[in-house]
Amino acid sequence: MKSLMTFTMGGVHPEENKFSEHAAIVTLPLPKQAIIPLGQNLGAPPKPLVKKGDEVKTGQLIAKGEAFISANLHSPVAGKVARLDESVDSSGYRRMAIHIDVTGDEWDENIDTSPDVVREITLGKQEIIQRIKDCGIVGLGGATFPTHVKLMIPDGKKAEFLIINGVECEPYLTSDHRLMLEKGEEMLIGIKILMKALEVDTAIIGIENNKPDAIKHLNELCIRYQGIRVQPLKVKYPQGGEKQLIKATVNREVPSGKLPLEVGCVVSNVGTAFAVYEAVQKNKPLVERVVTVTGKSVRKPSNFLVRIGTPVAELIQAAEGLPENTGKVINGGPMMGKALTTIDVPVTKGSSGILVMNKEESNRQRPNPCVRCSKCTEVCPMGLEPYLLAKLAKLALYEKAEKEMVMDCIECGSCQFTCPSQLPLLDFLRLGKQRVGHLIRTRK
Amino acid sequence: MFTISGSPHVHGDENVKKIMYTVVYAMIPAMLVSVYFFGLDAIRVLLVSVLSCLFFEWAIQKYIIKGPLTINDGSAVVAGILLAFNIPANIPWWIIVIGALVTIGVAKMSFGGLGKNPFNPALVGRVFMLISFPVQMTSWPIPKPILEGGFITDAVTGPTALGLLKEGVGAGKTIDQIMSDPEMPAYIDRLTGNMTGSLGEMSAIALILGGIYMVWRKVINWQLPVSIILTVFVFAGIFHLIDPQHYIDPMFHLFTGGLMLGAIYMATDMVSSPMNMSGKVLYGVGIGLLTIIIRLWGAYPEGISFAILIMNAFVPLINNSFKPKRFGLLTKK
Amino acid sequence: MNEVLIYSLLSLALIGTVLAVILFFVAQKFKVIEDPRIDLVDEVLPKANCGGCGYPGCRNFAEVSVSSADQKQSLEGLNCPVGGNDVMKQLASILGLEVAEQEPMIAVVRCNGSKANSPAKIQYDGPASCAFAHNLYAGEGGCQFGCLGLGDCVAACDFDAIHMNPETGLPVVNDKCVACGACVKACPRGIIELRNRNKKDRRIYVCCVNKEKGGPAKKNCSVACIGCSKCFQVCPYEAITMADNLAYIDYEKCKLCRKCVEVCPTNAIHELNFPPRKPKAETVADPAGDAPVIAETKPRPARKPATESNDTQA
Repeated sequence: MKSLMTFTMGGVHPEENKFSEHAAIVTLPLPKQAIIPLGQNLGAPPKPLVKKGDEVKTGQLIAKGEAFISANLHSPVAGKVARLDESVDSSGYRRMAIHIDVTGDEWDENIDTSPDVVREITLGKQEIIQRIKDCGIVGLGGATFPTHVKLMIPDGKKAEFLIINGVECEPYLTSDHRLMLEKGEEMLIGIKILMKALEVDTAIIGIENNKPDAIKHLNELCIRYQGIRVQPLKVKYPQGGEKQLIKATVNREVPSGKLPLEVGCVVSNVGTAFAVYEAVQKNKPLVERVVTVTGKSVRKPSNFLVRIGTPVAELIQAAEGLPENTGKVINGGPMMGKALTTIDVPVTKGSSGILVMNKEESNRQRPNPCVRCSKCTEVCPMGLEPYLLAKLAKLALYEKAEKEMVMDCIECGSCQFTCPSQLPLLDFLRLGKQRVGHLIRTRK
Repeated sequence: MFTISGSPHVHGDENVKKIMYTVVYAMIPAMLVSVYFFGLDAIRVLLVSVLSCLFFEWAIQKYIIKGPLTINDGSAVVAGILLAFNIPANIPWWIIVIGALVTIGVAKMSFGGLGKNPFNPALVGRVFMLISFPVQMTSWPIPKPILEGGFITDAVTGPTALGLLKEGVGAGKTIDQIMSDPEMPAYIDRLTGNMTGSLGEMSAIALILGGIYMVWRKVINWQLPVSIILTVFVFAGIFHLIDPQHYIDPMFHLFTGGLMLGAIYMATDMVSSPMNMSGKVLYGVGIGLLTIIIRLWGAYPEGISFAILIMNAFVPLINNSFKPKRFGLLTKK
Repeated sequence: MNEVLIYSLLSLALIGTVLAVILFFVAQKFKVIEDPRIDLVDEVLPKANCGGCGYPGCRNFAEVSVSSADQKQSLEGLNCPVGGNDVMKQLASILGLEVAEQEPMIAVVRCNGSKANSPAKIQYDGPASCAFAHNLYAGEGGCQFGCLGLGDCVAACDFDAIHMNPETGLPVVNDKCVACGACVKACPRGIIELRNRNKKDRRIYVCCVNKEKGGPAKKNCSVACIGCSKCFQVCPYEAITMADNLAYIDYEKCKLCRKCVEVCPTNAIHELNFPPRKPKAETVADPAGDAPVIAETKPRPARKPATESNDTQA
């Protein structure tokens, strides 16, 4: 089936602005000091294993994830641990981090650093999952959910499809796009490994058709990899949302409040598939990732392969500097990214892009009263009523908001994007979600 | 200094002003038709109505509410034009001013301004005028196209097609007898608007043209006007089939009176219509049913304004009970 | 015409009578038997329905009070902060009980991170909701514990007792405060605390809730508590505790001696409604003495009575 599929409900189409589409991935030099925050994954942060003054090699385990949902952390550089101290995170809050003074780039001896592609998958299912766990792989699409947890399918459930997210529906960002073009082969091997771990026969790579070169390239490669196919999709935001992508590719609806496994699907990002390849075939932990640095005012929009822990400021420097009229720097894309309070924060496992906005773009317009145009309801991909939920959250009517299914909101921002009155709908929806979540937890 | 705010950090190019002016543009064909048939009088009514609506909005915001001024957003212009569309061309100017005061002051500002009014302001103004000044509001001038000479309407007035029908049925005439009345407009005149009536309800073609423009610009959903028109057609059609001599054919209902104006411009008013698609359709069906009930058995020849106002009152209830289809709820069982 | 009049009068009268009879029986059938004391108690309550007592509304508080009086023969744990001691005494006398006198309280804003003391490093552009901003970022001045200045406390107040000062960007509590605690609950950062009013409204408190170490705290705000413990050492009444680099003054133990105010290097400890201090020479002499300062220094006319009255209360 080669016709253009997409999800049916809601959605918007923001300006794509993929400036860095044709910029090949450039490897960035190591930073002078790497700051590695402990809480880089969803779930519990790992426990640090090193102390001040310890010498570490690149790829060495420096913090171990002990909880069920947690992920290991490895040193992205070789050097000396300067201190374990709080460091400001992207929102200005202080979180525990390991600071390492970089001395060089001597890799741990068990890691295969050669550029050769290892095609043969020798490990078995359990070994694969264990290796992924050891290497601290998390979902690189942004949610940073530990991948090994996703692969451990509970008894009685069966996965039928592995869906690979190559949608990159966020405007501006191109890191996944470049990765598919430049590391397509490795990525497909990664997908094969995931298929083996999940015991599924079919993997579908969903790619929006604004990336025809990636679709073509992967289609050619797929001939050699049985069971993997590319599904071109219509350009529509938020197609990269897990539930939306499942709807678009296999036309199944994940029930409200359930995981994709409920409909026999596991979703993974293309970046994750590549990281899985490196972990399983080369024993290389997650210490680097591709980050897009872009924006209308950025002089040289680029895609960088950077080590985790590199300060964002150095990335912007490599893209020929922070423009003078910068009003906002965003970690992630313009629809779901987080605005940074300072550019001294490090790149983490979940950073997919750094978006620089100039002063004119960065301020919101003054909100007007709601004219009840119901456009937010029309574009909501989850079939919610954002105007109502925002109002309920504002009035602190959290029980009512729960009944109106506020917890189903995926925070895609389509409602606020489209609102003709420029109302901060998602801001209040988030507040509502947080409060209702608290209510539900305290009820138990 | 960086700015920090929650995502999304970009915004589409929609805004309230744009929506309001799209509605204004959509009403231009109907305005031209009214000017064509009523000449200077149509311009007079439109100007007085729009200007007094703007004035009252400005005065109330400045001196009573003392809040920010929002007359630039175009909502008062839309209300003014809609009000003018609902009144005959020969009405004295002071009645229009009173109507505008009710429209803006009572129906809109007293509820808190744009976005908060439960009832369509222009319709409240129109109904107020209809009840307070029944004579002036129901003596419609005979249209006199500019091409056939004269920029000013005649003092001669005549009944509307719906008025003729109501009178005829009331007097016990059959439909054939009523239709043979020389004052009854022919089909083609009903379509182009060459008949007596309020300013904006003249030409169904001009109104539909504007409606298509609004649907294309995504200001209104096509489902709502279509559901009203279909309901009227089906409901009137059933009675016509039962007794063709007592009930007129449904096409007559569609192209006379304010049905098109109401269905396309009044009922679709964002503020006072339901928020969800299923609710919108139900709202449209309700308006269609009530319109025909009033037209067939009510005291007034025309019923759509009352029908819309009555259904406006049900909107909160509809919003509460008709929810959009939630993602992932159907499969749940 | 007459007939019409008579018929309409008659039919109206008939409908009225029938409905009255129905209503009478319905009222009988659905009658709720309620303790009459609830009404009496409800009568004396302030009817603010603020929730300051911890119950939703005054009526509910009245019901709880009556049932507590019946079951436990006491009104322990029940207090109407708005009505204060007067109302509680009336309430107790209705129920034939006694209540312990409660010290009047007032809300205190424990942050002084004004625009001057903690200059903005970033600009917030979003809805005026502290709860939301708290989830989003640390604060314009960079302090992750400090006041966000968006006025959730002001919105929560039913008594017009707390307002934003546009110059400092901080909320200010005025005399209308009844200590209902609505602002305390509304503040996502727990900055506002209910404290003892004391005589003449004199209060001493640490005007900071920053738990960071001295360096980072001071970097963001010039008047932050840096956790130096000087006040802890100087306090003769053990009213000050140190936890997480932050000093806290226990208002029940504090005797309002003001020694801590003088030693605080960042002026994070505030004194309210005290008379102006004596000339410098004497205040410098104060920290030298290690015994309670009041005994040693010369009597301060306006301060001494306050301390004494506190002693008798404690």
